Amino acid sequence: MPTAPAGTLYRGREGMWSWVAHRVTGVLIFFFLLVHVLDTALVRVSPEAYNAAIGTYQTPIMGLGEAGLVAAIVFHAFNGIRILLVDFWAKGPKYQKTMLWVVVGLFVVTMAGFLPRHLINVFTGGH
Amino acid sequence: MAHGTAAVAKLDSPRSPYARRKTTRGNYELYSWVFMRASGVVLLVLIFGHLFVNLMVGEGVHAIDFAFVGGKWSNPMWQVWDLLMLWLAMIHGTNGVRTIINDYATRDLTRGILKGLLLLAFTVVVVLGTLVIFTFDACPADAPAELLASFCTA
Repeated sequence: MPTAPAGTLYRGREGMWSWVAHRVTGVLIFFFLLVHVLDTALVRVSPEAYNAAIGTYQTPIMGLGEAGLVAAIVFHAFNGIRILLVDFWAKGPKYQKTMLWVVVGLFVVTMAGFLPRHLINVFTGGH
Repeated sequence: MAHGTAAVAKLDSPRSPYARRKTTRGNYELYSWVFMRASGVVLLVLIFGHLFVNLMVGEGVHAIDFAFVGGKWSNPMWQVWDLLMLWLAMIHGTNGVRTIINDYATRDLTRGILKGLLLLAFTVVVVLGTLVIFTFDACPADAPAELLASFCTA
């Protein structure tokens, strides 16, 4: 059975990887937020400028990017609730692994509700 | 350090009780930890609502244009919603990235530069976003009517 290399605090498995995923999705969402406030600020320039910028969000490639962004947000949100439960619920640490699989399950259900609708909008909608 | 009589005179008496060294840094990190959890719950509601209204209802992302934003921000409820979302998300996100910088940037200079850039980005985005929400004009006089919300011409 492989053992963890000596001198590391990283223990792998559900606990570490959910922490890694929380960080990665968090940074991703943060950088999108910076861009998203800047593109929305174009409403103060002119309707044409805003519509041109938002038009690029309505292309298929950006539509797939939005799907990825929503996936990152949904995971970060549900895993954030799991972190709250680990911190404040007496049995939270005991059930942290189980709760990660609940998070994954809720993630799948939420994305199953979102993706078809969004992808149909992206690939068949439009003006 | 000098081993003079002044240093000897400062020694505690043998019977003084053990006291943990008092920190002079305040409870900043505790408040930041609490804020991440409290704001996280509020952001879940605000952002899921935002995504539902902008991506799921009607034509989704294709319905978004200047008139759509005009329609939303003519309602004070959406102004407050977006303002709260902007501030909470920016503080939550900036604090998260600050934690990551503290974890991985080991040199003082690197850490200082990265956190300086982070503070700059935070300030620019929050000030700009707040101004946009409060100074937005849904019906600019010189714009073509077909690009504006229907209530502009009504």
